[in-house]
Amino acid sequence: MSRQRPEPVQVVKQRRDAALKSLVHGVPYIQFLGIEFDRRGDELTAVLPFDEKLIGNPLLPALHGGVTAAFLEVTAIIELSWSMLWEEMESGRLDASAPDTALPRLPKTIDFTVDYLRSGLPRDAYARARINRSGRRYASVHVEAWQDNRARLFAQATGHFLMPGRDG
Amino acid sequence: MDDQKQKMTRQFIEAIPHSRALGMQLEDIGAGRAVIAMDYDPRFVGDPETGVIHGGAVSALMDTCGGAAVMSYPGVTSTATLDLRIDYMRPATPGQRITARAECYNVTRSVAFVRATAHDDDPDRPVATATGAFTVEREKSA
Repeated sequence: MSRQRPEPVQVVKQRRDAALKSLVHGVPYIQFLGIEFDRRGDELTAVLPFDEKLIGNPLLPALHGGVTAAFLEVTAIIELSWSMLWEEMESGRLDASAPDTALPRLPKTIDFTVDYLRSGLPRDAYARARINRSGRRYASVHVEAWQDNRARLFAQATGHFLMPGRDG
Repeated sequence: MDDQKQKMTRQFIEAIPHSRALGMQLEDIGAGRAVIAMDYDPRFVGDPETGVIHGGAVSALMDTCGGAAVMSYPGVTSTATLDLRIDYMRPATPGQRITARAECYNVTRSVAFVRATAHDDDPDRPVATATGAFTVEREKSA
């Protein structure tokens, strides 16, 4: 039995990073908040570098609750899009490095519930999303956010999303 | 709400860095209610294909408006969000300003329960609705 030689690691990385970059950098609001995504294989970690404009209570000071909600929602949406993109990319159906490739449309939020566990400190924040259920039309996603300690969450959220139609 | 408290609350809300960054405008406030508006801005777009504002920006507006309503409630000096659930009814029409209205529908000694709606130029079809629970810090009374 003959096996195809695996692709060079740099080629694989370059393709995945290009796909992630075009997904994240195409959304103005993600740029506005300054959110970036770290990738390890298919695992994503959202990073929100601290900025003065993210403050909600200048007296404490603390991150704005709306910033926390937005950060979690962005993380959930990108995770869902990324999981769809990943499958297409790895199966070779999509070449995200080609500039004219249309990326899949983004899922739409149906509802989103944020649980504020402690106030967000004026420093970087991180978040990871877990897709609990992803059907053809609906998905349910849980997101956790932390700052200094991974086990000490400052917020978590659950949301439902309407998945985009694959064929327009 | 007396004029002094109304003035202080207004100043506090208008000084919030993130609300300023999103261009929020406090339109009305008093006795556990608040109305805050946010102009359309291409920087807040969530779906580049449609130009629709990101849900996160709507969340920030709802959260600020809910917090402002709590702050304006008699005797409340400070608040923080405990939880906030947002239902997205329809995409906001690109180019239109979004206005959120929030009211405290029940306030206990330590918790305020808040309802909010957001709409664009069509006031009859809300863009989103929200319910939340907020902490209540009260004036120290004798």
